[in-house]
Amino acid sequence: MAQIVLKDVKKSYTKDVLVIHGVDVTIADGEFIVIVGPSGCGKSTLLRMIAGLEQITAGTISIAGGVVNDVEPKDRNIAMVFQNYALYPHMTVYENMSYGLRIRRMSKAEIDQRVQRAAKILELGQLLARKPRELSGGQRQRVAMGRAIVREPAAFLFDEPLSNLDAKLRVQMRLEIQKLHRDLRTTSIFVTHDQVEAMTLADRMIVMNLGVVEQIGRPIDVYDDPASLFVAGFIGSPAMNFLPGRRAGDEVDVGEGVRVPLPEELRGRAGEAVTVGVRPEHLVIAGGSGPTFSLKVDTVEALGADSMLHCALGANALVVRVDGHVTPEPGTSIAVSAMPDKTFFFDTASGKRL
Amino acid sequence: MVENRPWHDFLAHAVLIAGVILVAFPLWVTFVASTLRYEDIVNVPMPLLPGDQLLANYHQVLTAGSQRGSSAPVSTMLMNSTIMAIFVATGKIVISIISAFAIVYFRFPGRIFFFWMIFVTLMLPIEVRIIPTFKVASDLGLLDSYAGLILPAIASATATFLFRQFFLTIPDELAEAARIDGAGPMRFFFDVVLPLSKTNIAALFVILFIFGWNQYLWPLLITSREEMYTVVIGIKRMISSGDATTEWHLVMATAMLALLPPALVVISMQKWFVKGLVDTEK
Repeated sequence: MAQIVLKDVKKSYTKDVLVIHGVDVTIADGEFIVIVGPSGCGKSTLLRMIAGLEQITAGTISIAGGVVNDVEPKDRNIAMVFQNYALYPHMTVYENMSYGLRIRRMSKAEIDQRVQRAAKILELGQLLARKPRELSGGQRQRVAMGRAIVREPAAFLFDEPLSNLDAKLRVQMRLEIQKLHRDLRTTSIFVTHDQVEAMTLADRMIVMNLGVVEQIGRPIDVYDDPASLFVAGFIGSPAMNFLPGRRAGDEVDVGEGVRVPLPEELRGRAGEAVTVGVRPEHLVIAGGSGPTFSLKVDTVEALGADSMLHCALGANALVVRVDGHVTPEPGTSIAVSAMPDKTFFFDTASGKRL
Repeated sequence: MVENRPWHDFLAHAVLIAGVILVAFPLWVTFVASTLRYEDIVNVPMPLLPGDQLLANYHQVLTAGSQRGSSAPVSTMLMNSTIMAIFVATGKIVISIISAFAIVYFRFPGRIFFFWMIFVTLMLPIEVRIIPTFKVASDLGLLDSYAGLILPAIASATATFLFRQFFLTIPDELAEAARIDGAGPMRFFFDVVLPLSKTNIAALFVILFIFGWNQYLWPLLITSREEMYTVVIGIKRMISSGDATTEWHLVMATAMLALLPPALVVISMQKWFVKGLVDTEK
């Protein structure tokens, strides 16, 4: 187990195109960190740099106190789980899990003990003599994790390990990874593009976009207090509603005659173009304390526990999350108000939170 | 075809049987001729049923060779051919798999250049570069030696290319997983790449063994002593030119013997061969 420190880590493949723009983060011993972002944001590249599979262009990465920039992957004391599992097809499950230990010339008894223990944790006991092609996707995924566990590394690196599984299995494996981390307490870095995985697994998450870290924080803090338009839109499902508007004195005019008052502390900082953001669950039907405005309901998704009302305000589409038993007819209008303390204001040009 | 049409079945079988006869007939004639006396063969028409000289003819070629043409025993020639074919096939596989491994898994300056150099130069058959090759072989004192028979044919662009294509289908993550597991490049080669290439190696071995066995022009040039003849050359040398009579029954017996080892290799490795050409274990 170990602390992992990234200091101004940069990556570029060609001379002047940076794909990672300086990442600074300190990952505490035993912490579960999720790096989340859309495809192409550099999250996998960052993970592969920590693993040692990619060169570091600038900055330093240290694992357990020592800078590892020029250390081979095998000497970094890390284990990685790949998206396509990367099991050796010609080896049995047992051989797959013990391969790294055999290379390290560990004694037969020790190897056997470790593999049996990992197999027990992951419920692979019956499958040790099988080849990967005789296993289902979820079982292969477990073997890949077993291969990481037996090494007893300082850190686990997961590169989108659940992406190749079907939806049901994904939820199950997510819970298993959570349980595994609770039991082993090994520092883990988990890369995903799925914000649900990020929300549920992370102690802290790193939200990345276009090679830039947008925000680092506990999932609930990122959710409640997004640092930018991108984070606000990326984390949360359905996504936050955005209403681009113009500054009109102490209010923001978002069109259709709706004006949202700017909180006092933001008035000094707000520029001309301001985007108002509010999550679907923070738009309440009648009785809110903010200004009430009327929305036309386009479609209703009744999910049982709650309903998603897809509405329109002028050219902007909005989603309102209401109780499952509230199902207004499409075409009718509803009166809603936004909770003032849950309304966010962003600078439209820079995308930064005001 | 699902429906049952007797006439259709009959026609299909007739065509197939005719095809088999067409292909097998020369083989049958060769076999029959190898069991007859010389006098029976030169009689017109030649009998189409086996004679009683099977053991005598085969015994003679295996131990003593022909009296009038080359007199080296065919057993020596078979041994020479076997040695050449096995070393050529093995050598080609060893060299190709290593060079393909280098080309696919290592980043070194001129990687693509060297790949194309291998490709362009080795694509030329032996016949095209035969004069310079002979000069080099003779300067190195390789005439009439196994080294001389084997070395000029020991590298293969085709095999290199096939292995390269196969390696490209192995997921990169496998190499990365091995790196993290602590396997160095050669360890990865022996523990992962080689076992995964098993079926490809088997398929290539069959093809290359037959290629080596059937080499004609190069052994013809480089061997002049009878004890270095390969069996393909032996057959040629048994056929005397000019007025001398050719002992056709012995030539045919030698031909039958020359046919056996490649057939054995194909039959014994058939399962692997087909698997290697059709699927890959991934």
